[in-house]
Amino acid sequence: MRVEVDPAPRPLKVVGAYALFVGLALVALGLLFRAYGVAPLEAYRVFLSVLGDPLGLAEVARRAIPLLLIGSGLALAFRVGFFNIGAEGQLLLGAVGATYAALFLPPGPWTLPLMFLLGGGLGGVWAGLAAWLRARFGASEILVTLMQNYLAYYLVVYLVAGPWKGRTAFGFLYTDPFPEAARLPVLPGTLVHWPTLLLGAVAALVLHVLLFRTPWGFEWRVLGENPLAAWYLGLDAGRLLLRVGLVSGALAGLAGVGEVAGIHHKLLEPAQVSLGYGFTAILVAWLARGGPGYVLLTAPLLGVVLAGGDALKLAFSMPFRVVDVTSGLLLLALIGAEAASRHRLVWRR
Amino acid sequence: MEEALLRAVLFGTPILLAGLGALLAERSGVVNLGVEGMMALAALTAFAAAQAYGPLPGVLAALGVGMLSGLFLGLFAVTLRANQFVAGLAVAALGLGASGLLGKRYEGLPLAHPLPEGGFALVGAVLALLVHLFLTRTRTGLFLRSAGENPKAVDLFGVSVDGVRYLALGLGGGLIGLAGAYLSLAYRPSWTDGMTAGLGWVAIALVILAAWHPLRALLGAYFFGLLFFLQFRLQGSVPIPSEAFAAMPYLLVILVLALSGRSRAPKALGQPFERGR
Repeated sequence: MRVEVDPAPRPLKVVGAYALFVGLALVALGLLFRAYGVAPLEAYRVFLSVLGDPLGLAEVARRAIPLLLIGSGLALAFRVGFFNIGAEGQLLLGAVGATYAALFLPPGPWTLPLMFLLGGGLGGVWAGLAAWLRARFGASEILVTLMQNYLAYYLVVYLVAGPWKGRTAFGFLYTDPFPEAARLPVLPGTLVHWPTLLLGAVAALVLHVLLFRTPWGFEWRVLGENPLAAWYLGLDAGRLLLRVGLVSGALAGLAGVGEVAGIHHKLLEPAQVSLGYGFTAILVAWLARGGPGYVLLTAPLLGVVLAGGDALKLAFSMPFRVVDVTSGLLLLALIGAEAASRHRLVWRR
Repeated sequence: MEEALLRAVLFGTPILLAGLGALLAERSGVVNLGVEGMMALAALTAFAAAQAYGPLPGVLAALGVGMLSGLFLGLFAVTLRANQFVAGLAVAALGLGASGLLGKRYEGLPLAHPLPEGGFALVGAVLALLVHLFLTRTRTGLFLRSAGENPKAVDLFGVSVDGVRYLALGLGGGLIGLAGAYLSLAYRPSWTDGMTAGLGWVAIALVILAAWHPLRALLGAYFFGLLFFLQFRLQGSVPIPSEAFAAMPYLLVILVLALSGRSRAPKALGQPFERGR
């Protein structure tokens, strides 16, 4: 018995593989819930309850905003073969940039644009650094961006506990509240900061067109699919990687701007700013199969996972790790199903 | 001075054990990015089993969970030929998540009978030597190395590439499990969510720093241990914020990656083996 490449899997087989693997993931998740002491079916009911009412849906939308922004950038990056795992840190850097513009520059109508500019810029530079290290020294961007997450985390802790600590924040770790000019409008009664939502949707579409309809995108796709061919074509891989790094990092930075300008109105502890968006966005991008536009579908889907995880945490006082478990299992199910449908078992040697 | 060296060895030991685990997998051609999660799960298992049955069963349970999680990764990275990096990251998230979730009831409990750190340190050093001898002096070790350099040759020998890679992931997982047991049974005899503190990622960087050699990994791990010790020692005595010290190991990993690159990696590292291609 051995495994062989299946060049043209039948659609039924593909659907079957996905159904099988997602089913297995759900069973595994149920077993974990049971081990934790919660009846699996009850847990699933609470998990899906966010789809049942307008407030729950607004939560899903709020969670989908950063996923849209980060996910579209990552879908592009993965397509080009730049495995940016550091969106978490780039988001935090974006929040830092936005906070600087909001608190330390004179407020005015220019404040919000400046926050987006500075936040996106910092996020871009942060990821660009990893791209440069890979192009120049061959350092694995997977590990570099991952380590940068920790660096960004400690930078934010340092800022909110040290120089940027708010005058009104007795004993708590956050900055002063942002002035009115530094706050994004939201849909009434919700936390859905719609300008960022719009920005995310536009980014997904623009990147999609860029990737599939322009010479730039062609170069990116060649580099991602066949680096050797890119070399023969005389493409400057280093420069292409740097551009992709900047774009995906900047989008993650913008997501960070949205979180502080639209929801918190201050910079606070890093774990409360990001809520695991960086990792979940990897799933969003992976599901989108390298098409930034498909993120418009996958980001809301994972928004349900995050909002459902929130509901679980509240209902059963579960630790935040429940989201890690859910996305880890889901990710395994998806890559497993994809791989299984591309291969077949042969019963001879 | 002696204290510095002792602490360097004691702090370097979990990095060494986990690093040896990652190294075995990488020499066979499989990247294991799941180390952090596997270590966390093993640390929790060791603690829970030690609470119930005593310290030695704790170590054995961690060993078993480590091996099983290595084989679990193999299911995706070897048999299904999925993207190894993504599969590893998913295993890392799953391990961290499951240990955080299931470990909630053990949070803050003291361990009745901690194990001596020195014992683990000794075992770690001996294992580095054994892994070296295994890779260079045994037939199985030769096949393992070949699976990482030239899997086609292994296949032509009639030896299963997949089997060899499972073996490497399983044995390596056991070593990573030992690293977890060291953390929760000896180094800080307790369980807290996040107690692996990025050591798994440092271990992966160690493999690169050590240029995929077990004995160099021994030296590299103690070097990392020394740097961690200096970081603790300097904290408070110099006008640098403590967050900068906390961030140091991660900065260090980036520096190591930039300085050593991936030029000496096994040639088939990260590539699923497809026969006839």
